[in-house]
Amino acid sequence: MLEIRSLSKSFGGVKATDNVTLDFADGSLTAVIGPNGAGKSTFFNLITGALTPDAGQILLNGVDLAGRTPPEIVRHGIGRAFQVASIFPSLTVQETMLAAVCADQRKASVLHRRFPLAETRDRAEHAMELLGLASKRNRTAATLSHGDQKLLDIALALVLDPKVLLLDEPTAGMGTEERWRMIDKVRELWEKQKITVVFIEHDMDIVFKIAPEIVVLCYGRILATGAPDAIRRNEAVIEAYLGTEHHAGAAV
Amino acid sequence: MTELPADQGAQALDVPQPHVKTRRNRDVLIALAAFVVLALLPMVFSSKFLLDFVIRCAAYGLFATSLNLLIGYTGLTSFGHGMFFGLGAYGFGLMMQKTGVSVPVAFVATLAITFVTALVIGAICVRLKEIYFAFVTLAFQMLIHSTILSWVSLTGGDQGLRGGIPRPPFWGIDLSNHLHLYVTSCALLVIGLFLMHQIAQSPFGYTLRMIRDNATRASFIGIDVWRAKLTIFVLAALFASTGGVIMALFVSGAYPEFAYWTISGEGIFINMLGGVTTFLGPMVGTVLLLILNDTVTRLTEYHGLVLGIVILFFAIGLRKGLMDFVIEWYAQRRDRRGK
Repeated sequence: MLEIRSLSKSFGGVKATDNVTLDFADGSLTAVIGPNGAGKSTFFNLITGALTPDAGQILLNGVDLAGRTPPEIVRHGIGRAFQVASIFPSLTVQETMLAAVCADQRKASVLHRRFPLAETRDRAEHAMELLGLASKRNRTAATLSHGDQKLLDIALALVLDPKVLLLDEPTAGMGTEERWRMIDKVRELWEKQKITVVFIEHDMDIVFKIAPEIVVLCYGRILATGAPDAIRRNEAVIEAYLGTEHHAGAAV
Repeated sequence: MTELPADQGAQALDVPQPHVKTRRNRDVLIALAAFVVLALLPMVFSSKFLLDFVIRCAAYGLFATSLNLLIGYTGLTSFGHGMFFGLGAYGFGLMMQKTGVSVPVAFVATLAITFVTALVIGAICVRLKEIYFAFVTLAFQMLIHSTILSWVSLTGGDQGLRGGIPRPPFWGIDLSNHLHLYVTSCALLVIGLFLMHQIAQSPFGYTLRMIRDNATRASFIGIDVWRAKLTIFVLAALFASTGGVIMALFVSGAYPEFAYWTISGEGIFINMLGGVTTFLGPMVGTVLLLILNDTVTRLTEYHGLVLGIVILFFAIGLRKGLMDFVIEWYAQRRDRRGK
């Protein structure tokens, strides 16, 4: 279980994350929404160690990860994919997966053996199959389409067998059709892998369709949490973020 | 941005796992064959100039290839890598002159000194990125160069280590004999290249490629980027130092120029000439630079101008090193034939 306790982070006078307390149950799927500048990405950056919190705790199964480095946090089981696909352009899909498994097995510093290691193959293969990248295994990451680069980014996080997977706008920069394909893939992964998935998303149709739990952030604070129907009817959320469209949709 | 070939590096990975061992055995065979060819060269060509040329290639080739482990594989452009070449030459020369130990002991002790120095300097430098890393390494190089110049009682100052380096025979090898020195230099070159190739093809080599491509992402898959960078910084220093040892043996001395920034500049020049995307690029660059140096200096006193024009041709004309160009040309030709 991922528990966030009184997490805070300020940049100068701006409170990007303000006393946030949240629980993410094991195996849950949660969408984090909010207007631009609400502190969604900062929230992810704090959890994954890209930023050090000013105060608060990040407890994963009781272990406080606040202030630890990204490699330490990854080893505790929190994986992450980025808003702009963060990949290794010159490596092939297969090399990327194999090297990531190597890192996860603490064999990234092995000098006396040849790459790839036999014991990394199955996991790398499984992740490629899972994300539908197996047929593109020999393509260098730089030559993949935008959607496949995003999938590779997710595969990189997933191949490490995380307990919690954070996806920062998995559909960013995609066309409508591609968006739905991606989000179906995310949902499929969540169902198959039975891991905790938290994702940031701007497309409310997607959020309301697939997320059983929603967290709304605004100015670094939690504005509301709950099921889609409750969020859709929440006056504060409608006023600050949703507007009337989704509320009206709910009424119909 | 140049598009990368779609199947770059992929074929080697598709072979079944037992072939990984075969690839290493193949590399051992290639290394042995290369050594035998080099060792037999004096029987075919008795020119002393050729032997001298190969010894210099061994010294600079090890240095330049080790620099490529930093530049080409890790994305760390060091402007001060030459300090370890100088450290190798001075460390070995001083050890032989002052302590009277055997050559192998002096060699191992020199590597130990280089290891400690590189560990301390690297621990500071690899925290920095890009141009900051480049200039801090340069600053350390100038510090070492200044120390050599000012510590006259130990290093001989601007005159260098004079009086020659004693080379007592060991294991039946007499390094005062030119042929023995030649064969030993070839052996060090081949062993050094083999080890560096092993590093490049190991899981650690792929960790370095990930850091070069995207260090932030590498840290988010659990890689300790600082530690990996420090490890390769120290390993590269050891190979550069070995190059310095060969040079000290060749000239029977050590001179401040070996630790001057121009050595680092030549290392970068060699990598630009030969190319950084293939393992043997720097070795090809070394041969090219030494041939250029030897021919141009014989023809004109403006050799710097000629070398400048050559580097402009590679930088602006080809936009890559010779080996990079050849490999790309070959790949395009193969693709055209495939179609």
